[in-house]
This record gives sequence, C-alpha cells and structure tokens, in this order.
Amino acid sequence: MAELNSKIPKGQLAEKWTNYKDNIALVNPANKRRLEVIVVGTGLAGASAAASLAEMGFKVKNYCYQDSPRRAHSIAAQGGINAAKNYQNDGDSVYRLFYDTIKGGDYRAREANVYRLAEVSNAIIDQCVAQGVPFAREYGGLLDNRSFGGAQVSRTFYARGQTGQQLLLGAYSALSRQVKKGNVELFTRHEMLDVVLVEGRARGIIVRNMVTGEIERHAAHAVVLATGGYGNVFFLSTNAMGSNTTAIWKAFRRGAVFGNPCFTQIHPTCIPVHGDFQSKLTLMSESLRNDGRIWVPKQKEDAEKIRKGTLLPTQIKEEDRDYYLERRYPAFGNLVPRDVASRAAKERCDAGFGVGETGLAVYLDFSDAINRLGKSTIEARYGNLFQMYEKIVDENPYKTPMMIYPAVHYTMGGLWVDYELMTTIPGLFAIGEANFSDHGANRLGASALMQGLADGYFVLPYTIQNYLADQISVPKFSNDLPEFKLTEEEAVNRLKKLMNVRGKNTVDSFHKKLGHIMWEYVGMGRNAEGLKKAITEIRALREEFWKDVKIPGEMNEINPELEKASRVADFLELGELMARDALHRDESCGGHFREEFQTTEGEALRNDQEFMYAAAWEFTGDTQEPKLNKEVLDYEFVEVKQRNYK
Amino acid sequence: MDLTLKIWRQKNAASKGKFVTYKISDISPNSSFLEMMDILNESLVLCGEDPVAFDHDCREGICGACSMYINGHPHGPDKAITTCQLHMRRFKDGETIVIEPWRARPFPVLKDLIVDRTAFDKIIQAGGYVSVNTGGIPDANSIPIPKVKADLSMDAAACIGCGACVAACKNASAMLFVAAKVSQFALLPQGRVEASERVQAMVAEMDNLGFGNCTNTGACEAECPKEISISNIARMNREFLSAKLGAQKPSGRTGSDA
Repeated sequence: MAELNSKIPKGQLAEKWTNYKDNIALVNPANKRRLEVIVVGTGLAGASAAASLAEMGFKVKNYCYQDSPRRAHSIAAQGGINAAKNYQNDGDSVYRLFYDTIKGGDYRAREANVYRLAEVSNAIIDQCVAQGVPFAREYGGLLDNRSFGGAQVSRTFYARGQTGQQLLLGAYSALSRQVKKGNVELFTRHEMLDVVLVEGRARGIIVRNMVTGEIERHAAHAVVLATGGYGNVFFLSTNAMGSNTTAIWKAFRRGAVFGNPCFTQIHPTCIPVHGDFQSKLTLMSESLRNDGRIWVPKQKEDAEKIRKGTLLPTQIKEEDRDYYLERRYPAFGNLVPRDVASRAAKERCDAGFGVGETGLAVYLDFSDAINRLGKSTIEARYGNLFQMYEKIVDENPYKTPMMIYPAVHYTMGGLWVDYELMTTIPGLFAIGEANFSDHGANRLGASALMQGLADGYFVLPYTIQNYLADQISVPKFSNDLPEFKLTEEEAVNRLKKLMNVRGKNTVDSFHKKLGHIMWEYVGMGRNAEGLKKAITEIRALREEFWKDVKIPGEMNEINPELEKASRVADFLELGELMARDALHRDESCGGHFREEFQTTEGEALRNDQEFMYAAAWEFTGDTQEPKLNKEVLDYEFVEVKQRNYK
Repeated sequence: MDLTLKIWRQKNAASKGKFVTYKISDISPNSSFLEMMDILNESLVLCGEDPVAFDHDCREGICGACSMYINGHPHGPDKAITTCQLHMRRFKDGETIVIEPWRARPFPVLKDLIVDRTAFDKIIQAGGYVSVNTGGIPDANSIPIPKVKADLSMDAAACIGCGACVAACKNASAMLFVAAKVSQFALLPQGRVEASERVQAMVAEMDNLGFGNCTNTGACEAECPKEISISNIARMNREFLSAKLGAQKPSGRTGSDA
C-alpha cells in the first residue's frame, strides 16, 4: 500500500510556505554542479523549471518530443494568467485568489498547495515582465487586466489572445540562455518511454530518438516530469496532436500513484465538431465571455428552423433569445466557471434548443459589445480569435454570432504529489498539468499558466533541493546499471511487439473508437451503468488493438505511426482507470458530473461526508484491479460550502 | 472533392527524394489541409505503404510545427495562416496540389516533408533573451511602458518560428525571424540593456549557420503566417549599425551575457 504523506507544513496558512523555505535543506554551489536533474517536457512548467534549476547551478537535461522546445502545447493557451496583484483596486488579494481557486475546484484540492500558488502568483508576473514578455498595457503604460470565469475581480494578465505563447517564449528564452551557457543539455525529438528506478528511487529515463529510432538511457540524481495532461484519451480535444500520457502512465506503472484521474475539464467555448474526419478541436478563449453573451433560441421551433438553415440567428428578436447563463446565474452571468457553463450548454442542447447543423452548438454573440464599444475595440481585443474562427467555420463572427460547444480541454487529475511536488516514487517529481495538485475537481480559467510557471519558477527549485541535499554524496550515475538495461529491454520489446502485430486496422481507427467510448460514458455526464459499460468496452478494445493494429515502416527511422501506437496503447489503459475513478466517486463535483447525484435544479451535488478526499490509485499489475488510496482533505481555513454562482 | 497530389517523398536525410503522385477522392471542403493528409495517410497505411511524414502538433496555427510548401507558397495560397489552418474549400475540385518541404540549406530534410529547424533554436541561444535569473525582480508595474511600444513589441513577438520566411526567400535569409526577436526586445526597456550585444550575437550566429542575406524582395513578409512586418528588418539594421558604430566592449567580455 502506498503511503500518502502530503508533508503539509505546520502553522497558519499564510506562513506555511515561508516556514517551509526557511527550514529546508539547501545544496551549496559546489555540490549543485555535481548533481544532475532530468526534466521531461519543455512547456511552461518544464522550461521554467529547467531554466531555473540551471541558473541555480544544477546540471540539467531537458527533453521534448517536438522539434523545438518552443512548440510545447502551453504555446496554445490563449486568454491569460491570473495573479493577485490587485492593480485594478477591485479588492483582490492573495487570500481571494486562493479562495476562488479552492471554491472553483469544488473543494477537492489541498488548501496549503493552493495558497502557495496564490502567494507566488505575483512574482510570476514580475518575472515575465523582466524577461520581456509584451503583456497588454493601458495608455498610462501600466499593465492591463481582464476578467475570467469564477472570479468577481479583474486579475487576468494577457498578451492579446496569445498569452501562453508569450509566456512560453519567455521561459524558452531563459532556457535557451542556459543551453548556451552549457548548463542545460537539450534533447529535442526525443520521447520518454519509461522511468528507471534504482533501489526504489527515480534515477533516469529511457527515451527514443525519434529521428534515428535509437533507444537511449539517460541517468540523473532526480527526474522531473512536466509532460502535460492526457485529454487526448478522448481523441478529440483541444490538446496538440502529440500530447500524451506515456510519461506519467509509465511512472504510474512503476509505482507512482495517480490522483483523481477522472477529473477532466470540458471547456465550454470550442468550435463545434463538424465531421468524422476531424482531427482536433479548437478552443475559443474564455476571455471572449467578457464581451460575448451566450444564448439559444427560446422557442424550439426557431432552433429547428436554424438547424435546417431556413432561419438566421440574426433574425431572432431579442425577446426570443434565451441568455440561459444570465438567467440561471445572475451573479456571475456569462462568467460562471467552465464546468457550470459546459453543463448548461449540454442541458440546452439535450433539451432540443441547440443550433448548428448537428444541434450541438450554442451562440456566443458579440453584437451588444460591438454596438457598445465599436468593432475596432473588439478587433483589438480578440482579432486573432475571430480570424481563427472564420478560417475554420467560414463565417464572419463580427456579423453573425459564433457557434460554440464544450470540448475536452484540460485534465485536473495527474500524478499524485506531496507539498514538495514529489510523487510516491522518491526522486520523481511531477509539475504543471502532469500532477493533480492545485485545481481540485475544476480548474478556473487562466490558472493553468499560473500553476505551470509557479511550479517551474518558484516551487520546484526549492522543494527539489530538500531531496537533493541528501544526494550530494551519491556519485554520478552510470546508465550501465542492470536496472537501466532491464528497463530499456522492456521498452524495446514493447515497441517490437507493437510492430509485430501486423494487423489490419490503423492506430487512428482505434484511437477514435476509444475517444467515442470516453466521450459517451466518461464525458460531461456520467452514470454508473455507462461507466461499467465503458470499462468492459475499453478492455475489449485494448485486446483488439494488440491483435489487430497495423504499423508500417521500421523502428529505426522516423515513424509517426509507431509513435502514435505507443501513445494509444497507454491511453487504452488510462481510459479504464478514468472510468473506474469516475465510477467509484458517487457524487458530483466540479467537472465530474454523475447524473445520479444532482440537485433539483440540476446542479452538481457533492457528498462531503464520504468523498472529501483525493483518490490516489495504485498500480497492482496488468491483470489486477488498481488499488484505491485516499488522501483525506482537511479544510482547516476555509468553510466548505455548496458552490453558488447565482 | 477529388484531387491529385504531387508530394515530395524522401526516405531520410541521406537519400535522394522525388515527387510521387497520389489520387484522393471524396474530400470534404470543410476538412483542413492536414485532415486531408490524414485521410491520405490512413489509406496508405491500409495498403501497406509508408505514410507521408510531416511535422504538425497544435493544429491551431500557433506552435509553428507545420511546414509545407503548397503550390509554391509556404503554408499554401492563403494569407496570414499556417498550413494547419488551411481548409480544402480553398481548392477546386479536380485540382492538382504540389506539396514540398521547406527548401533551404540550413533546414535539411529529415524525411518527406519534415525538415530540421534546429538552426532557429541556435540563433535564439546566441542572444534571443533578456539575461535575468528567476527571482528577485522588482514589481511588474515599476517601469511603465508606452502602450504603442508594447503593442509594436507584441507585433514582433507574435512570430511562431515556423521558418516560412526562410522558405519563401530566394536567398534563404532568416532576417525576418531574427529581426522579430531583436525588435521585440529592442522596443522594451527590459530588453534595451543588452540590445547592442544581442543584435550582434544573433546576426553573427545567423550568418554562421549559413542563412543568406536580405535583398529586400519582401517575400518573407508576404508569406509570414503571422504577418510580421518587414519594418522589423529595418529596425534590426538600425540596431546593428548603431551597435557596430558605438560598440564599446569592456576588455575580456564578448557577446551578450558571457
């Protein structure tokens, strides 16, 4: 049984992080030079951690599957990053950001971690400005803010609709500086296949060079996984095509417990699905809800006419429109959190009021804002998003309302980590979206960028020292140890096994089938019957995959089909765990909505008596069921309430 | 839609490549260009053939991975978009589409349509940063920056590093890419401190990696999916000239952030 020690420091909430930093073991400069750290992933968390650790003097090896670290999927984040600066003088504070995040996560996150996140948020903005990140500014030259869901203050900093890009390029530039100095060795087009344990500690990784196909062993004193989320288990998501679960899944199989795998964020404002050939979904930033109003027709007949194409949305009179978010949640209106907005859209569409050809879409309308502020203001705020929409849908959103529908966007679940961001495998850390830590059952908008950079710049560089301080007498690791050879052999055999299936169906065909099962039964609305069905169907699909997948080409060359197959094989195992987790959690909370557990008004109904814990699943073998461990969440400082955005 | 595709196939960096013609039918005009490529690849795999390798990731025009030369244009015929944002409704039924990799000596072909763009990372490593460490930074609002400057800086910073500018240029010049980074920092007080060392180091590395010179044809600006303005090149030239004229190096210190 895994031991879950969250290592939360004692003391008042606001003093915990300071006390922790004051009392941890540090590594002196001479010893830092002798210690090696592997960081897998070059997104916001990975690049910022690799750069910061290298600046401190550690020897860092940094890996990404893309051709350049700058292409990690953090680049695609649009809207912004939260911080408790209170520049707008609207009553914001560290406590309020903490409170909004805990509440937004539906009371399923650890208080101490979330408070620390809010506490370091301000330093992130300072850091990024110093790096030359061109945030949006007001005419007086000071930084501008906008609002995001789940908050009643304006605390979101942004760089047009490309905030993730600009923050990532900031971290990438810091990383590049350390590469030049020789403190970071960069391995691009390298994919991690497994983690290597020596005497129970993480001591290295096995990677595949995606150009030559060579399998390589890399050793270090500690391993940091910053490999992002696993939304692609649904096939269609807003994630990049290559985003995958392999690194954290292999860590899970080696003994790291997996926290809250079923907590998935379905983002309310994405461009709707338009055909079987579709390869991914495109997000329209949450920031659009600052000025856009969401509605469907009040009359079913109007919705039907729109679906048939005989009526245009612009022909529907104001009084015949149902601004359902404003109606149901007057206090937060269009800026309710993502889980609430997504479910409300599904509810309207399921009830027959949806628009678009498929009926699975609602309107996001800017006509009021354009009348109020003028087209040029809206263009300055959201121009690139409007252009993106027009390219995909072939309609002009300045003239006709956008159509949107919820889509899989982010996974709050991930490897379970303690306060130090270490998994249950000593020496193996997980940061950013790859861990489960800060967002509970639902993440607020503009908080993913905040968490990725908080972990990478300001948290891990401290906490990892408390581990490495013990390791200064450990000599540089040889990758000739038997553990490395054995793990490499297992990785090679698995790839060979995949190549040798020589079946009849493509990797994508299996991935699409898996995605279908996941969306149908483990998506926005879940119930016990469906989840049981999902488990059976995923198992059958996994068997079929290993008998019938077809991979062309060779192992020792660029082989995108092999890369995909290896990732999908892991998704096929993860999908089952997600369904199991969703099935065991007999309550609705945040993004996890069990249809059996809802209020009379259709809101999520938590069960704090029985489920106020993080579920931490432990691998017990290929054929055995995983074991459930529980980290009970102790709310010492906030009063736990039913979430209310009305 | 029914289409004829002439695609560059090349087994690896060492082998010679050639065009291979494929016929593809029943493509929805609403599918994206890369989805059309997915459909082609799916059919190639089912026939036991090697699918066409191409770089792609975010499929929403921001990661800069996709890099196809389509009918003589990087990222295809449309303005201001990447290949992944290109949709098939842009083409005519029955049309022949020619698809090639970026062609530039500093971007060697690795396989089919995949090229190696590590050279861009090397240029950034030469000086494309502000030399600050993590922590100990004064408040973000301590230096006001005129909105106009911040906006111009953002215009330049929008570069996605895809390499279309190099592919479009008859000289395989990387001037627009380098100028975008130089400008982003030169326009901000945080970047001014090292502006002179930065521009010299980045230009030297660009030359060193074998990128060609700029002869002001403007193809880079015309083909840039993010519409980065060629005026950034003028700004870089100014920065470079004044850096060279005013170059004052303390002894024993060379380049930026030594």
